[in-house]
Amino acid sequence: MERPAPQSRPADDRRVRLTRAVEFCCSLRYALPGLSEEENLARFGPAARRHGHNYRLEVTVEGAPDPATGMVIDLKELKDILEREVVTRFDHRDLNLDLPYFEKQPPTPERLALVLFELLRGTLGELLHAVRLYQDEDLWVDVRGAEAEP
Amino acid sequence: MITLTRRYRFPAAHILRSDRFSDEENLRIYGKCAHPNGHGHDYGLEVTVRGPIDPSTGSILPVAELDALVRTRVLDRLGYRLLNEDPWFQQAVPTAEHIALAVRRELDAALAERGRARVARVRLEETPRNAFECGEEP
Repeated sequence: MERPAPQSRPADDRRVRLTRAVEFCCSLRYALPGLSEEENLARFGPAARRHGHNYRLEVTVEGAPDPATGMVIDLKELKDILEREVVTRFDHRDLNLDLPYFEKQPPTPERLALVLFELLRGTLGELLHAVRLYQDEDLWVDVRGAEAEP
Repeated sequence: MITLTRRYRFPAAHILRSDRFSDEENLRIYGKCAHPNGHGHDYGLEVTVRGPIDPSTGSILPVAELDALVRTRVLDRLGYRLLNEDPWFQQAVPTAEHIALAVRRELDAALAERGRARVARVRLEETPRNAFECGEEP
């Protein structure tokens, strides 16, 4: 397997990564509208039934600190962005019924992480480095870089 | 780049000793890990897969499939065993390094037969204070 060369950065590279986490709880089911209940159960197993998760999203931004403020981004601003884009939209909602992202593919952690990455890239732009979405402590998805497309 | 990581656990015993070395050398190299009656760990195993998202499932690899694969190929094989008795470790001392490499090789070969998902990385925690990782860097 090919291993990408570690990115070496010169010692004067001032970029810093910082990570902030939010948590939100959703109900969901793996189901496609074209399939019957039996077909969804056959394809997705128990996840085809309504269930829920306590998600945790870790958002990493990267940039050189502003020379005057010493900050990559004002943490208060990042907190507000995550509250607005993630918590308000997703917390205590149903991923299938309340949100428009999972009509063609089920709300797998991969798809949800990609949706969240794209939402945050719309606000954070190039500052956004990566997201890690925990579905529970034993399962998580990492999305990084420009290749991410839901 | 998108990856999915799943964490598993398995308890196993091992003895770090090699027939290449004398008893004294084994003791010098491996210290208390060479104790001839063995010792054991609760291993933490993190398996990271990467690949395109299959539109029919919305997944790189459905978690149930990954679980079944890891269970049959690794957890049932290594869990509640003395690792030195496993064919993987007849030539190789069952250090955490060798366990991580063997697990990665086994799972990646199994995945290569079935689809486009691949093992990006395996991380093995021997204890909460020692972790070993092989494959692509995060």
